[in-house]
Parts: sequence; structure tokens; C-alpha cells
Amino acid sequence: MGHAYTPGLTVTERTTVRKRRLLPIPGTVMVKQGDLLKADSVVAQAELPGKVHSINVANLLGIAPDEIHDYLITKEGEPVRKDDVIAENKPFIQFLKTAVRSPIQGTVETVSAITGQVLLREPPRRLELLAYIDGTAVEVHPQQGITIETSCTLVQGIFGVGGETWGEIQMAAASPDETLAADRLTTGMKGKIVVGGSFLGADTLARAREIGVAALIVGGIHDKDLRALLGYDLGVAITGTEKIGITIILTEGFGTIPMAAKTFALLSKHQGQKASVSGATQIRAGVIRPEIIITVDGTRAIQDTGVAERGGIRVGDQVRIIRDPLFGRIGQVAALPADLRQIETESHVRVLEVGFPDKTRAVIPRANVELIEGQ
Amino acid sequence: MSAAVQVPHKKTADLPLSVIIATDCGSTTTKAVLIEKQGDTFRQTFRGEAPTTVEAPFEDVTRGVLNAIAEVEELSGRKILDGEKIITPAGAGGHSKTGVDIYVSTSSAGGGLQMMVAGVVQSMTGESAQRCALGAGAIVMDVLASNDGRLPHEKIERIRSLRPDMILLSGGTDGGTVTHVVEMAEYISAAEPRPRLGMTYSLPLIYAGNTNARDQVTAILGQKTALVVTDNIRPTLERENLSPARNKIHDLFLEHVMAQAPGYKKLISWAGAPIVPTPAAVGFIMEALAKRDKINLIGVDIGGATTDVFSVYDGVFNRTVSANLGMSYSISNVLAEAGLANIMRWVPFDVDEQTLRNRIKNKMIRPTTIPQTLDELQIEQAIAREALRLALIHHKSLATGLKGVQQARTISDIFEQKTSGDSLIDMLKLDLIVGSGGILSHAPRRIQSMLMMVDAYEPPGFTTLSVDSIFMMPHLGVLSTVNEKAATDVFIHDCLVYLGTCVAPIGQGKDGEKCAEYQITFERDRQPESGTLMFGELRLISLGAGERARVTMKPAKQVDLGEGKGTTVTREARGGAAGLMLDGRGRPLQLPVDARARVAALTRWHNSVGLYPQGKAMGNGR
Repeated sequence: MGHAYTPGLTVTERTTVRKRRLLPIPGTVMVKQGDLLKADSVVAQAELPGKVHSINVANLLGIAPDEIHDYLITKEGEPVRKDDVIAENKPFIQFLKTAVRSPIQGTVETVSAITGQVLLREPPRRLELLAYIDGTAVEVHPQQGITIETSCTLVQGIFGVGGETWGEIQMAAASPDETLAADRLTTGMKGKIVVGGSFLGADTLARAREIGVAALIVGGIHDKDLRALLGYDLGVAITGTEKIGITIILTEGFGTIPMAAKTFALLSKHQGQKASVSGATQIRAGVIRPEIIITVDGTRAIQDTGVAERGGIRVGDQVRIIRDPLFGRIGQVAALPADLRQIETESHVRVLEVGFPDKTRAVIPRANVELIEGQ
Repeated sequence: MSAAVQVPHKKTADLPLSVIIATDCGSTTTKAVLIEKQGDTFRQTFRGEAPTTVEAPFEDVTRGVLNAIAEVEELSGRKILDGEKIITPAGAGGHSKTGVDIYVSTSSAGGGLQMMVAGVVQSMTGESAQRCALGAGAIVMDVLASNDGRLPHEKIERIRSLRPDMILLSGGTDGGTVTHVVEMAEYISAAEPRPRLGMTYSLPLIYAGNTNARDQVTAILGQKTALVVTDNIRPTLERENLSPARNKIHDLFLEHVMAQAPGYKKLISWAGAPIVPTPAAVGFIMEALAKRDKINLIGVDIGGATTDVFSVYDGVFNRTVSANLGMSYSISNVLAEAGLANIMRWVPFDVDEQTLRNRIKNKMIRPTTIPQTLDELQIEQAIAREALRLALIHHKSLATGLKGVQQARTISDIFEQKTSGDSLIDMLKLDLIVGSGGILSHAPRRIQSMLMMVDAYEPPGFTTLSVDSIFMMPHLGVLSTVNEKAATDVFIHDCLVYLGTCVAPIGQGKDGEKCAEYQITFERDRQPESGTLMFGELRLISLGAGERARVTMKPAKQVDLGEGKGTTVTREARGGAAGLMLDGRGRPLQLPVDARARVAALTRWHNSVGLYPQGKAMGNGR
């Protein structure tokens, strides 16, 4: 009964990623199946209906709503420019004349003889949907968008803020347990994906924004610094739309936590290569984790490795402990006792034994470890 | 004042059943229970669970259902599945351990039913519409009203940016003015709202407002939405009529929303009764319990993302959902809403703010982890108290009488100027609290569940407390629509665990001052107990499950047990897994402001009721 393990974050040298890039409303797809795309290619576009403004013409003219059509200058469906008269009364004395002018450029959408109001709509706005990653359009969803596929190195983080961006990977820490100090950031890092070690402080963050770093990848951050950055206390982990001018990805969690050695080594290996990153996180059903995608080549992947469905956790698997008192430590599964064990809280739970590099061992609830996935 | 009396649900006569399989498709887990008739009584016999499979890569809810049922098959030895089909009836093919008589299910997968409601006056039709949607088991994303303070273009932008599963539009009393409700319809039309699921189908919209505006609303919205017109939810100011709109919500939930979710068409075809939104099913069972025992009750389901509160007072059912108060996904929001100081007041040790904030955020991003150390457990239970408290405040504000109603006043009312729309939740008239959700149902000690609810709700007088053992209320709620006896039998025998009774005098005094004298007589041969309860004292008297005692409380002269200050009260108290709690900490409950004194008081109370194992390090402030 219950889950045998918590699915972990993928950190892998080679995989195939497929992404559905869909418009929020129906529009036009700009590419064909098989097209090779760059991250900044426009794959689809749509016209977002313009903003609606309402004017209660009946009230402004002092007339009954059902008389409104007698006073309209501009009819339903007709275009208007800003300050055009859309309705006016016809008094005997011109001095008493009242004209209702349009506050916007757009069209008269509806005129209501029941409420006496006129709805005006601004011209539509064009929405362009970009590819976000280098890859191949493998499927076209008519009027909606495409599925793009790429063969890549993939690193998933645990939490992020800020939207999609791309740039060159630049290491700024010598080891995974090094704090990312402000003086490690240089002006040459503008527009780059900068990788730190265990912790990102408020001063480093301020410096990165000043320089114009595209994204920061680190082990951890203090909650108070995140709060200061966002300007509010994040209540639920649904992110990606913050307008903060930078994308931040945490690979481990909150606090000072060394980046997993495997993650650090993989990112170091790709220093200087282009990566697409997204801070978007959604920790609910349909979980979305922040990601770093380094396309290996732009062509279509030969084999679709996908994410293998695992049967469960196994002895020898590498795991990260994700709850106090050993939060952040990484070890190997040494044993998987089948029976329930009583832990300090007196709960009876399924546990596993983890062996650490220093030869120590600990008994941990299975719910409190995370597989480090990927070959 | 008239109240919102509702028909709980469309109920047919009890179907003759002996073996039932029921599932609840939650956001993350699909839970299956097997219910079998043993003699004359229905009992829950086996259960299984599996991850819900609505999302990619599976995108078919039935996979999770089959997996959960397969686990039940394995444990019970009963063959229920024939490939991807549920075998019916029980005893099919002459094998007694084959098949079930019916399959029923609830669902909150994919975020449950998300609605936007609109009315004309926010505190009147707006609130009625909100109560209607909540009672139907929905999450209300926003309440729009003519007087909600937003400008027209802001309203239109809001409608457009939300992607609800359904809209409920109400407004105006029958025969009243049509202008405002038509105006709301025009805004909705201009916004061209799109449904959350599926790009190609029309958004369901229920119109339940002024009957005189039906033609205009149909003309405006008939083409742009899947419009359904039903009876006005507020036909007169003095009357709320929520059932027709609520039933329509359930119908549209099945026909439109569920039909868009992956795999649900197949699931609907398997089920022997309509699939019900999970919270609506819990509401059914709460109403049935209150009706059966003729009591007032409050039920709470504290989940990972949301906290639902149900109440039945004098037969009037209300439900609210606090969409962002929960113990995992939304744990950080509890901190944001309650504030650090309110959480810290329940923690019996010192911990620095940065450590606590980081820990809470780490739980938010890894929501399936469990407390491994005692101090982690204590912190989670402290947060739960605040989530419970805030959700009840929210519930009280919405579970009210109708607002804007003229009240007949007598001469005696002149001195007590009550406004209309008072909360229906009178804690002194509360008989039973039913707690549900992991933190309450799975607390290592039952007394922990009891004290969490007592601290959060501060029930005054005599109140019985209970928990749902394994969160079976959704299954039983939907089962009650086809066989009420089966649902009630299992609810009493296998679902509800009585914790005991809390007796809490109203009033405050200095620690050590006399609060009340008590005398307790027990059933059978047990010797009576008597003594004095002091202020600042918490006492637990053993009173086991199925036992009852007569408790006589003689309060001090400034203290009240519900019958007036200084008046002696005798009541029967029900025992349970925790016992009889005498709470002399005062009502309202006041905790010492000084941190050291507070920690000392908490430690004393916790020790006096055996809340946590002793002799272990209580918090190390890591």
C-alpha cells in the first residue's frame, strides 16, 4: 500500500524531450512538420481580442435605455477612433448638447437597449508563441501549435521563479558546496545562464539583476530573500509568470544546500553551450518542475528514450534525503526493509536504509527520499 | 429570517446490494474500498490505492481506478475485474467470490470542479450563488457582482483571464428589475470566456436569476455558451432556493466537464450512479449524519492543498472551501495568512524564524514528505491548528442567514440590535466535530487530533469530537445516493472514530483559580470521580470508545457552561479513543504572551494529556 518511492528529478546527459507549444486561443501555426527550429523561432500566432470598455450612454445622455438607438452616431460593428462622438442628444438649445466620445480606438461591439450601455473593443493584440528550445517540429496541432522534439541534456530543478529564457551556460562556482558570492559575477555574464553552488544570497541576486544575467542555477536560497525578490510571500508553488527580469532555479531547496555533485558536474561539462531554461514550477497534480535543456544537436532524435517507467526503488539507487534532520544529503540505498517501522514521531511507516560516502548509515522514511534519476 | 433549506441530493430508493466497490479519484491518489454485507450489516472490508492517472503520460483516469481495484482484488481474493471491465453482479457465474453489485465513484481529479459565479448585489445574490456552487462541491474562483467595486473593463478582463469549468449567473428576485443581471450577462458575453478543459466546446453557463430576464439572457449568451436556464436561486429576498441550480451543476459537471477530462467517458459508463464531485459527496454524508442523530455538526477535511469545512445547523447545510489552506501544497500560504507569530504560539520550543520559514517552504516544494522527528511533527501540528482556525473563520463568514432581509422585531430586540445575515455557526450549540484529512486521521496519537481541533476551534461547553479513520466519507457519500443503509452502516462501524468529549467552561481567570467543580458518574461498576478544575489546567479522564458518562459541572460564579454564569450543568458525555477532556484554559483561550511562559504552559498541557512521547528531545531548533 502506498508509494514505494517519490519520483525524483531527472538529471541526465542524454534524453529526448518533447514539448507541446500551444496557444491559449486558436490561431495560426507558422511552421510545418519536420521544420528545424531555434529557440526564438515563432511557431504560432494568435490575435488576442482587445480590451473591452463599457460606456453607459443612456445615463450620460439622460435618456431611457430603450431610446439609445435614436441617439447613436456610430452603429454596432462600426470602427471608432479615440474621441470620436459615438452618441449625442439633440436639444433645442445647442448649449445643452451632450456628446459621448469614445475613450479608445476600436470598434463598437454591442449596444444594449436594456441596460443602455455601449461596449467598445480595442483592436486585437498579436500574440507570438516561440519555440523556446532548439529542435524539430514533430507534430502540428492545427490552430493550436506544435510539438517540438529535441535530443538534449536535461536537468530538472526542484523549484524556480521567472519564465522561459535561453543563453550560454557559465559556471561561477568552483565546487557544488561553494556559496555563490557576488564578486564571482562579472559584466561578461550578461544574458548568460550562470551556475552557482550551494547558496544564493540577496547581495549576489541584486548583482546578477544589475548585470542582466538571464538565469541563475543554485542549490538553495533563503525564503526571506525570495520574499524580498517577489515582494510577497509565495503561498503556493505555482510560478513562471513573475516579472522579475531574471529566472532562478533551485536544484535542492530552501536553505544552504550543496548542489548534487552529478548536477554540478553535468552543467560544468556543458559550460559555454546554449541552454533553454524555465523557472515555471507547479507542484500540484500535473507537476511541472523548472528545467535546463541543453540541445545536443538541432536535428530530430533518433531514438526516443523517453522517461522510463520505474517499478520502484532498488538497492544501490542514488537518493537525496528531502526532509530534516538529514535534509540535502545524498547517499545510496543500502536496504529496503519490507515491514513498517516506528519512527521518532511514533508513526509506523515504510523506511529504507541509506549509506553515505562517509560509511555511515541512516534509517529514513521512504516518503523522505527522492531518486536521482537519469543515466 | 428564512434559511437555505436544501434537498441534499437526488435520491432513489435503496437498491438491493450486497457487494459494492467505490472509488474516489483524487488529485494525486485514487482510493478504492470494498464494502460487503455481513449478516444484516454492511462493512468496509478491504481497500487499495494507486496514483491517479488523469495527467500525462497516462491521461486516462480509468488506469488508476483499475490499479486501485486490482489492489483490492489482491487483498480480498475477490475477482472484480475482467480485463478492463468490472464484473457485475456479485456471484456472477455462480462464484461467490466474483463480481460486485455496483461500482460508484467520486472525483476531484484535475483540480476538481472550478466555477465562477456572478450575481447582482455581492452580499445577496452574489453570496447565494457562491453558497450554491460551494454546496455543489465546486471551488469558487471568483464572485462577480454589479457592486463588487471593480470597473466594467476590470470585470471583463477577469472573466476572460479565468478559465472556469462552469459559470453560474444569478441576480435579481423574480419579477424585479432586469437591468443589472442583463448587464452582467453582457459583460460575460464580451469577455467570451473559455473553458479550462478542451478548446473546442462551449463553456457551460447556468442562469438562475430573475425569471423576467431569461429571454434577454438567452439572447445575449445563448450562442456563446452552453446555456442552461433553471429556477432563480433567490426568488424573493427572504428565500434562497439552491437545489435546482445545484442539481444542474451536478448534471453539467458530468455532461460537460467530466466528459472533457481524459478517460471519464469510460468511467461514467462503468459507474452505477452518477459520479459526484468529492466534496459534494462528503456533504451528503455530513447531512445524513446530522439528520440521523438530530445534531448540529461541523466537519472539516484538511487536505494538502485545500481545507473544506461543512456545517449542518438546525438542518441547514453549508460548505466552504478555503482553496489555499492546506498542509503540503498550500502550507506556505498558511504561514502567509496566519503570520509567523500565530504559528509559533503552538510550538512548544524555540525555533528561529529563518529555519522555520525554510522548513515550511521545503515542505511546500516536496509535499509528500512526512515529519521524521518529533519537533517536525510538532511544527506541522502547529500549522494545522492555524489552517483549521482560519478555515473556520472563513466558513463562519459565509454560513450566514440571508442578508438584506427585513426582520420582524419585538420590543425585546430593540436592545439587541442584530443585523440580518448573522453567522449560523454558534459554537455553543455545536454537538459534534468531525475531522478528516491526513494530519487529523493519521496523527500518531488520537489525542493529538483531538487537541489540534480543540485548540483551533475552542469549542465552549460540551462538544464531542471524532475523526474519519481512512477518509472514506466521499465513497460513503456517493454510496448514500443508491443505498443509504449501506453508507450509514459503514460510516458508523468503520469510518467514524469517536475521540471523546471536550468540556470547556466559558470565562477567564488567573492560573490556579477555581474554574469549576466536576462530578463524573460512569456506567456499570466504575467509581464516580469528582474534583476541581482550575484555570490554566487541562485534564484528560479515561473514557473509552462506546462508554458514556454523566458529567456535572458546577462553574465558579463568573464562569458559564452554556446555561448562564455560575449555573450548574449536567450532560452526558461520549467517550472515545482519547477520552473526556476537561479544558480549564478558558474561553476565549488565552496563551501566555511571553515566549518562555508560553513554552512552559504548552509543555505542561501536552504532558498532562500525554500528547507526545516524553523523554525525547523536544525540539532542537535546528
